[in-house]
Amino acid sequence: MKNILTRISESEYIIIALAGLILLVSWLFNLPFIGGIRHNFWLFFIEMASFLPLMFILIGLIDVWFPREKVEKHIGPDAGFKGTAWVILLAMLQAGPLYAAFPVAHLLWKKGGSVRNIFIYLGAFATLKVPMLTFEIGFLGLKFSLLRTLFTLPVFIVIAVLMELYLRGKKFAVEVRQPQERSRNA
Amino acid sequence: MLILIGVTLIALAASLLKDSGKTVAGVRKGLKMFMAILPALLNILVLVSVFLYLVPGETVAHWLGKESGYLGMSIAALLGSVSLIPGFIAYPLAAILLKSGVGYSVLAIFITTLMMVGIITLPLEAKYFGMRVALLRNGLSLFGAIIIGALVGVFM
Repeated sequence: MKNILTRISESEYIIIALAGLILLVSWLFNLPFIGGIRHNFWLFFIEMASFLPLMFILIGLIDVWFPREKVEKHIGPDAGFKGTAWVILLAMLQAGPLYAAFPVAHLLWKKGGSVRNIFIYLGAFATLKVPMLTFEIGFLGLKFSLLRTLFTLPVFIVIAVLMELYLRGKKFAVEVRQPQERSRNA
Repeated sequence: MLILIGVTLIALAASLLKDSGKTVAGVRKGLKMFMAILPALLNILVLVSVFLYLVPGETVAHWLGKESGYLGMSIAALLGSVSLIPGFIAYPLAAILLKSGVGYSVLAIFITTLMMVGIITLPLEAKYFGMRVALLRNGLSLFGAIIIGALVGVFM
């Protein structure tokens, strides 16, 4: 029993366990205030539980059928429109937080990618990942998602162009320091 | 929502017809991801349930609603820039906030800064690109997020 308790207190489920406990106590002693919270929780929970698994199945299927390796082959030093399009496509097929993209962008740069395409990669990675878009459409609607994508695309391209202008002629400091934490943070 | 369920079912059927092994692998991968975010999602649901019970809807709408203007946009930009919330959690949260009266432009700013601006991860970013480049990218992204939010608000 003690073992289970310590494991719960150390696990990610601590808040849920506490909430369950409070719920039980309030039910036993007939405390009224908890009703509203429970009502909120069930409303949210039922909505999430009814379609989240389906969404993740879709994301899993996308992951299996569109392997990143195939796209990666097309990424080269090509800084033209085609290179940019491939970089955006590659970024869209990724998953994970933005800081996981820093080492990849760094690697692209070392492989000869243009400064502009590296920052376009970061922008697309941050805002256009397919799993995220799936979620966005599901939760906030297709119209919101389309509008946000439509406005975000030019914004991060402009940012990339500005970064390129800023770094033109300057020595891009990346190569000097090799971060030790790369594998841990990737 | 219904579109997405339909798309998923069609994708599942097409995938099954083409390659059942790959389909099983994909479904398992997806459900594994779902199980991985489940505790974090339940935690957020509990916290949001408590928060929305304690804070009346009018208050949320006042600070972050359609009429909140620059104040709501600033709060959203600040919260999005400093927090590290994965999208799998951020979108369900955004949907709940939307129902509580939060405006679309505020949500767009929150989500965009959440995705593009990372104050906590600045030191990490600086290791790869140098501090000046990292600051510049984050600053430009913050500015861009506000433009995106304002535009989304105009058209929604």
